[in-house]
Amino acid sequence: MTPTRRRLTFICLGFLSLLVASALALTAFEDTLVFFYSPSDIKEKSINTDKQIRIGGLVKSGSLRKSEDGILVRFEVTDLKHSIPAVYRGPLPDLFRENQGVVAEGHLSKGIFRAKTILAKHDENYMPKEVADSLKKAGKWKGENKN
Amino acid sequence: MIAELGHFALILALVMATVQTAVPLISAHRSNTVLMEIGKPSAIAQFFAILFAFCALTNAYITSDFSVVNVAENSHSLKPLLYKISGVWGNHEGSMVLWVLILALFGFTVAVFGKSLPPTLRARVLGIQGSIGVAFLAFIITTSNPFLRLNPVPLDGRDLNPLLQDPGLAFHPPMLYLGYVGFSITFSFAIAALIEGNIGPAWARWVRPWALLAWTSLTAGITLGSWWAYYELGWGGWWYWDPVENASFMPWLVGTAFLHSAIVVEKRDALKSWTILLAILAFTLSLMGTFLVRSGVLTSVHAFAVDPERGLFILAILAFFVGGAFILFAIRAPKMALGGLFQPISREGGLVMNNLLLSVATATVFLGTLYPLFLDATTGQKVSVGPPFFNATFIPIMIPLLLLMAIGPMLSWKQGDLASAMSRLWFAGICSGGIGILFWLLNSDKPFTPIIGFAIAGWLGGGALKELADRILLFKIPLLNSLLRARGLPRSAYGMTLAHLGIAIFVCGASADSAWRSEVVFNAKEKDQTELAGFNLKLQKVDRLKGPNYETERAHIMVTKDSKIIANLYPERRFYPVQQMLTTEATIYSTVVADLYATIGEGDKRNGWVLRIWYNPLIPWIWLGCLLMVLGGVISLTDRRLRIGAPEKKTGNYKTVELGTEHG
Repeated sequence: MTPTRRRLTFICLGFLSLLVASALALTAFEDTLVFFYSPSDIKEKSINTDKQIRIGGLVKSGSLRKSEDGILVRFEVTDLKHSIPAVYRGPLPDLFRENQGVVAEGHLSKGIFRAKTILAKHDENYMPKEVADSLKKAGKWKGENKN
Repeated sequence: MIAELGHFALILALVMATVQTAVPLISAHRSNTVLMEIGKPSAIAQFFAILFAFCALTNAYITSDFSVVNVAENSHSLKPLLYKISGVWGNHEGSMVLWVLILALFGFTVAVFGKSLPPTLRARVLGIQGSIGVAFLAFIITTSNPFLRLNPVPLDGRDLNPLLQDPGLAFHPPMLYLGYVGFSITFSFAIAALIEGNIGPAWARWVRPWALLAWTSLTAGITLGSWWAYYELGWGGWWYWDPVENASFMPWLVGTAFLHSAIVVEKRDALKSWTILLAILAFTLSLMGTFLVRSGVLTSVHAFAVDPERGLFILAILAFFVGGAFILFAIRAPKMALGGLFQPISREGGLVMNNLLLSVATATVFLGTLYPLFLDATTGQKVSVGPPFFNATFIPIMIPLLLLMAIGPMLSWKQGDLASAMSRLWFAGICSGGIGILFWLLNSDKPFTPIIGFAIAGWLGGGALKELADRILLFKIPLLNSLLRARGLPRSAYGMTLAHLGIAIFVCGASADSAWRSEVVFNAKEKDQTELAGFNLKLQKVDRLKGPNYETERAHIMVTKDSKIIANLYPERRFYPVQQMLTTEATIYSTVVADLYATIGEGDKRNGWVLRIWYNPLIPWIWLGCLLMVLGGVISLTDRRLRIGAPEKKTGNYKTVELGTEHG
């Protein structure tokens, strides 16, 4: 095999594996990309999908209810313009509180957001970037929440 | 006063780094062998200056000198000593000092231990390493001075984020930095070789110890980080494909590819420009990781205070070094002599496939990590790319790699024989089938997919052992002679076997954990009980206790099986008053085959507490596998060939009929 042929073989192999990888990535994107919406997005663009999505906003004050067994939780996610009712089964993260930022992943069903995971935060000042942006979009942003 | 001296030492280090860059590079270019030697003392001086600055900062932390802004913002007088020290690198400024300290450490090791390097190459390596130092020292001094004073002096500090007050995390950053900053030195070697236009087996041998050191540390650093996330965050998982995790994983993948392709350069004088490219890429990805973490584009526990100015500065550094490196590469690489020829089916061919698959895997991780940032920047649409994406792309690429890992080492250099390699792999086949069937019988009631992982792991592990056995002619010659051969085997051979076995064990752990974990969430009052994976779990009581800088609610969960007490678990929910922060302290009961992992949530005596308990099968194997990889790296590092550094005599490794070199 001449050096040129050898090189060509490997370049072809390289392209082939890149092709396979791109195909994998594209199909994976189709199924696994999780879009983020604010409550206003969902109400105004009347988003109605059974796909996994993320929603984010503040936990509306006074909306947090726990069931008898303490495991099923109901609350509302708000960007202070619209709010979406949500349910979640499981222990809440340490920093889950009313009036605090929250990002939840799950799906919409009959206007209620069924959260599969509540994304945990690492510190009390941390406002998820998505939440800050959606509050800004709704015109309810009150400056930097940091410190 | 000491803080000012520390600041001064940083400036001194910048001056030294400038000397270390300019003088050796220019005098090497002019073939001035006397002036060139200045690289050595200046690299040593730069290292000690930064070490002094680092100690000065550590001193400020230990003595709780709250007149220093950095200490006041990140420490507290009540914090245990270990966390006062680890607090030094628990924040942006301090961790940058650690970053440059390690950068200078690698320059220092080249200056002190690089005696066997040709003087010109050493001068150039030190020069390039110095230039990276210049960039980052300038970054620290202009944007992130850790020694800034505060007036008035606060009475006490603001404390370190409680999540970071943990022994696992105390050592995670130093190890991680040792790894990915360590790829700076392979980068410097690559650039020096490009400047000289000369790269060959000797170069690969020189660069190997540093590359191994960086790779081993990075492996250890990522493992520590993952382990920390597992037991400290209380989410029960060990890897989340979080952008920051990916930022450290990409240099690891490319670094792994580099280690393998450097072998081809060393043994066969081929794949030279590709190897140089990998060295550049590994460091590029390290710098990109630094940028992602410190620019505020990501929000995570790793992201330090958001400051666009810092992000821009690092981006400029990234652009300069990466841009420069690629331009140099574009000019010089085509002029490099084409090395030894080989057939596609050969040891070289196998290593090329390894490189190809690792690079493609890196590309998918890169895409998944950066796509959300890209989409947000261009369209404002927010998306997240989570584990499902990586499972669907990364794993299918890894499977052929794992299968090839057993075959590659069986092929001979230049021209291999696939049929004979496969016939030698009968043992791997038996292991694969045996382990697959064994685990299937043990877990017949559970999902099947992990069995594929076990079969692959068995194939890989069996292949690795068989390769070692063949080398010492085990059972082919008398056992004693085999043992003698085993003693004579180079340590790097054991390193490889251990690392490959480590991967096999890791794959078992990761496969089992992917589909066989089970969990129970229940609201328990004292004396309530539940069942999980055949264990009986009973909440005995919950105590309120006080720690050095926190208050805690501690549950006592008794684990029994067939009314025998197996373990007592004490998960905690801590409150840190200084930072007004709650943390979950999981407790883990580990056996060889599984972890019981318990956390306690909100609650009180009247309504009970929410307990969440996981049964995570084979998780300890993940750590064991990583440990073996690290051990393999360490053992390879002690290989005699690397310590002596003298060119190895060409012995029967391959037929020494050199084919004419061609330019192309």
